[in-house]
Amino acid sequence: MEDVRLRPPRHRVESRAVNWWRLQSLLFAVPLPLTFGILWASIPPTRQIFMWLTLGFLVPGLIYVLVMPPWRYRVHRWEVTDEAVYAASGWLWQQWRVVPLSRVQTVDTLRGPLQQIFKLSGVTVTTASASGAVKIKGIDHAMADDLVAHLTRFTQATPEDAT
Amino acid sequence: MSRESVVGTAEHAAESEWGRLSSRLILVNLAILVAPVVMFLADLAITGDAGLQALITLGSLFVTFLVVSGIGLMRLFTTRYRVTEHSVELHSGLLFRSRRSIPVDRIRSVDLTANPVHRLFGLTTLSIGTGEQSTSASHRLALDGISKADAVELRRRLIEARDARRGYAVPVEDDGPISELDWSWLRYGPLSVWGVGGVLIAGASVYRTLHELKVDPLKWGFVKDLEHRFGSVPLWYGILASVVVLVVLGIAGSTATFIESWSGYRLTREEGGMFRVRRGLLVTRSVSIEQQRLRGVELVEPIPLRWARAAKLNAVASGLGSLDDNRKRRMLTPPVPRAEARRVAAEVLGTDRSLVLRTGLTRHPRAALRRRVNRALMWTVLITAVPVGLGLWLGPGLVRGGLIGGAVLLLVLVAFAVDAYRTLGHGMRGRYLLTSSGTFAHRTVALRQEGIIGWKITRTPFQRRAGLFTLGATTAAGEGVYKVHDVTDAQGIALAEQAVPRLLLPFLERDPRSAARG
Repeated sequence: MEDVRLRPPRHRVESRAVNWWRLQSLLFAVPLPLTFGILWASIPPTRQIFMWLTLGFLVPGLIYVLVMPPWRYRVHRWEVTDEAVYAASGWLWQQWRVVPLSRVQTVDTLRGPLQQIFKLSGVTVTTASASGAVKIKGIDHAMADDLVAHLTRFTQATPEDAT
Repeated sequence: MSRESVVGTAEHAAESEWGRLSSRLILVNLAILVAPVVMFLADLAITGDAGLQALITLGSLFVTFLVVSGIGLMRLFTTRYRVTEHSVELHSGLLFRSRRSIPVDRIRSVDLTANPVHRLFGLTTLSIGTGEQSTSASHRLALDGISKADAVELRRRLIEARDARRGYAVPVEDDGPISELDWSWLRYGPLSVWGVGGVLIAGASVYRTLHELKVDPLKWGFVKDLEHRFGSVPLWYGILASVVVLVVLGIAGSTATFIESWSGYRLTREEGGMFRVRRGLLVTRSVSIEQQRLRGVELVEPIPLRWARAAKLNAVASGLGSLDDNRKRRMLTPPVPRAEARRVAAEVLGTDRSLVLRTGLTRHPRAALRRRVNRALMWTVLITAVPVGLGLWLGPGLVRGGLIGGAVLLLVLVAFAVDAYRTLGHGMRGRYLLTSSGTFAHRTVALRQEGIIGWKITRTPFQRRAGLFTLGATTAAGEGVYKVHDVTDAQGIALAEQAVPRLLLPFLERDPRSAARG
């Protein structure tokens, strides 16, 4: 066991996911500096303060928008075998999860409005544990349906869920 | 609202089979009015006049009482329950009629709880747990306010029906309780860290309630007197005196809490493969944990208890409800001597006593120590920066004080970091995964292999640089995930493979770094 390590899961998510994350991050990062920017332009006596506030929120926001999506794309990966689901997610803080199919309770798909724009889907695999589900986000619609079919077929075969 | 799942069995059963809540529930409804009225009268006695505000308060209390007792009466008349061969049924509600039926073999636990008012009238609350970890408390099936005799009888019948259904009945040898309250444990009562905080919270809530009723304690004679005396002594003396008062009150408070929560404590083995914890002075609690659902134990040693060589033992079990419910119900022992906690652990799990012993576990790499020391340094710098920063602006006295304080803080935090590193450990003992960690409270968890339903590996940027990760064993029991902090790839993978063989195997590869070396 000395020189082994976990390899990343086999499949990357769709490359469209980068654009999805970028749009998400824009929606998150833009409103605040925009508000301060408008105030900066429209209330002359407070220029100084609002200029700094605008810049103070704009610069980290832009860095987030530029850095996060490609970084996430490098990390987010998934793989399903006949025995287990294996998924990696996160960017700065990363999470790798393995769940044996025999312990899966439910398999859901979720398509948020933003994901729909990019024709993406998310698959959520829950177990009896309260520590959260395994989420595979940003894969293609058709791929997600196949995945759900595969997962439900194998989880039905094994009823035990260790509650 | 209603969950009509398995109804339809024994529809012909006679009406008399249905059990009902106790009619003494009406008296309980009256009792909620007592405290506010007493307070109002006390206020009247002290201040001598009832202001409009107080009258409005009283009026709204009365309306609340009407609503609450109305709901109570409706509950009393509409709630009925029965146990059939296959399921336990509960009907309730007038506007929103709810009929719930739980198959008896899904029953994971049956708890009896009684608050002081309930006990005054010989009532109790019986709740049935079915082992859904995520569902809210409202989904738990509870009979609030049945008579104590009925509750005990119902509990016996439920467990009996379940065992008959499952086709086994575990005979209990009556070899006495596994553990019972020893009053010498009371010495650990004052060591609860919550005491001081509890005093502040209680004080604040009493003050707020009085304030709502327009009673200002700051205007009472003896308080003013106190204020005068405090006004004339030096500041440090005042601070010292208040700290002493707080600590004394805190110790008294946590001792009282210990007595309230742990009087009459008994941990017993019951029929149907259940463990039952009974405890409480004013509120009596009874929690049943099914042996099959018990996935392990957690030994907790918070700082003051650790200094006294004491520990608490929690069950790691599924079927104890949501995470919050689980935290309230998982206690297997009060703070007890460490050896006693280990004995109870061995007894309930059927292992030997050294199971939750930290010595002998695999140590974690030095990089884990570096992470902890770095964290201590970071906190020292952040905390010291405040007075020093203010000092640069206000005067050099603060800078000096801040630096001295920082040096002391550094020593203390580094000592904590080293201790936290020493606490780290993991390994397999028989069928149990052991993990130990903690800074202020040391936690040693033993989790049965079969209970592990997946792995959650997390890496922070700092961990990635140091070549470490945190291996979390996810489970349906207890907290949902138990973590082995800061292990190397090789250690973590070896542990995971030992605990759940062949799960990680398809996802492993040779480390290219070491391949290049060798």
